[in-house]
Amino acid sequence: MSTTTVPGPAAIGSTAETAPDPARTRRRRTLAQWGFVAPAVLFMLLFFGYPLVRNIVMSFQHYTPSTFFTGKAPFNGLDNWRNVFGDDLFGKALWQTIVFTIGSLIGQFCIGLGLAVFFNRRFPLGGVLRALMLLPWLVPMVVSGIVWRRILDQDTGVLNSFLGLFGIGHTPWLTSTHVALLAVTLVNIWIGIPFNTVILYGGLQELPREVYEAASLDGASAWRTFRSITLPLLRPVVTVVLVLGFMSTVKILDLVLALTDGGPADSTQTLGTLTYQDSFVQLDFGTGAVVGNVLVLISAVFAVFYLRANRNEGK
Amino acid sequence: MATITNATRAVGRPKRRWGTTALGMLILCVMLFPLYWMVNTALQPDSGLLEVDPVPHGLDLSGFSSALTEQGGHLLTSLAVALGAVVICLAFSAPAAYGLAQFKLRGARTVVFGTLITQMVPGIVIANALYSTYVHLGLVNSYFGLMLADASLGIPFAIVLMRSFMVAIPREVIEAAEVDGAGRMRTFVRVVLPMSRNSLITAGLFSFLYAWSDFMFALTLNTTDHVKPVTLGIYQYIGAHVGDWGSVMAASVLAAIPAAVLLVLAQKYIAAGITGGSVK
Repeated sequence: MSTTTVPGPAAIGSTAETAPDPARTRRRRTLAQWGFVAPAVLFMLLFFGYPLVRNIVMSFQHYTPSTFFTGKAPFNGLDNWRNVFGDDLFGKALWQTIVFTIGSLIGQFCIGLGLAVFFNRRFPLGGVLRALMLLPWLVPMVVSGIVWRRILDQDTGVLNSFLGLFGIGHTPWLTSTHVALLAVTLVNIWIGIPFNTVILYGGLQELPREVYEAASLDGASAWRTFRSITLPLLRPVVTVVLVLGFMSTVKILDLVLALTDGGPADSTQTLGTLTYQDSFVQLDFGTGAVVGNVLVLISAVFAVFYLRANRNEGK
Repeated sequence: MATITNATRAVGRPKRRWGTTALGMLILCVMLFPLYWMVNTALQPDSGLLEVDPVPHGLDLSGFSSALTEQGGHLLTSLAVALGAVVICLAFSAPAAYGLAQFKLRGARTVVFGTLITQMVPGIVIANALYSTYVHLGLVNSYFGLMLADASLGIPFAIVLMRSFMVAIPREVIEAAEVDGAGRMRTFVRVVLPMSRNSLITAGLFSFLYAWSDFMFALTLNTTDHVKPVTLGIYQYIGAHVGDWGSVMAASVLAAIPAAVLLVLAQKYIAAGITGGSVK
């Protein structure tokens, strides 16, 4: 903000100067106008652009715990990359990230779409209920994770007490290597439902009503109307919701740390938590950077979809 | 846009379908059950590692008092950091949104695209690169450093959101102000900002929530206990005191309060923010 300089009113300039140079005033105007935008651009370059570049460089450097005292992180070629790709844990984390992300997206989207359609019917208190539905999404993710950790406790958690009523034995939700990833995914579905519901509901509200009137005149069934009219018309919104969901899910860290810390036996380790572990626990920032770069690469592929979707919106 | 159509449609008298309402309430109960359980557990601090009863038997607030003792300072830290982040976020994003919306700048489209693309950069990647820079600049373990990092969570969203509203400000209004002799900055502060009040509030609310909920930057950009927001406080506490669930849940309730308050106070802004910011 402090860098934005405000030129005096143009009117004063034109009376004071004998021959105003139109090209110069235009240039000055453009410069002053960029003064509004430049600080934010600079901020984003520093906090988003620079880390991307820096991570690539870091992935070729050897960081040790003493690096931050000595300032020495010598280049070591492809060593970090070889280490990461030769490590079974990386493949495991990659696979678990994919399973977690796709599972979360399918669950969030299907339930979110169902709820959006439900709330699209007008009924008393619909608006209030829809607003309250947002709460799980607004609560800090770490808090949600901690709460679910208590609910999912094998012996004294309420979920197992409840399932016990139906004769279902105590499931070790967060302590079994076979179930933990499923449990983390289910919790993340719960967190993501409100977001999906709200955006899809917004999309449904924008659909032209006339089409539906025509469909009901033609005697189309509710399911047919939904499949042949609603879904195709909703496609741009669906793309946006899925891509945004993908990008926020694939990089997840808070929830996993709060629920399982990546365990048991690395069975809920994702690329996000692996980056964290490598860099901030092992203090091997070079290795962490490699995993981070893979994460960026995966996101970048989907960013292309996102930009396409945005362009198709007609902007 | 979404809000306008919603509003006009809501005018139509809703059919009285209370059966649907009942079903809606049931769905809501299922969705909000974990949050109920959080409050319920917080009110049963003596349950420890035992099973928690379905409803609290009395109003035992000792969990909350121990949570305030343990986490009160961290709550204040969260508040300070989040407020600082909001100020930084709006100070950068409001002028940018205006510039991108109203000045016909060459390259404005590129900037908007770039802003959208930032959403694909994973936070842990930012932290990974930022850490060593923060060490050099002495920003590790500082309030200002965390505020800056947390502001980055809100800036892209705030720009996109406010821009989509500021585009709608009629050019004549701005030109009229400039004809009256107001400079660009004055026009922005005196005319544009008041007219964009709603979007400014929405952007502010969201950047507050983002910063308040932040865990990753708090975790990675702090090596001491000097700056510890409540998200980090709860996480570390649960690692050290496994049995003290009443107190942990009470702290969780306190950490979730801003979300609940904002939802009640600013319901329509929040819904508009989610749809406006991500679809446009």
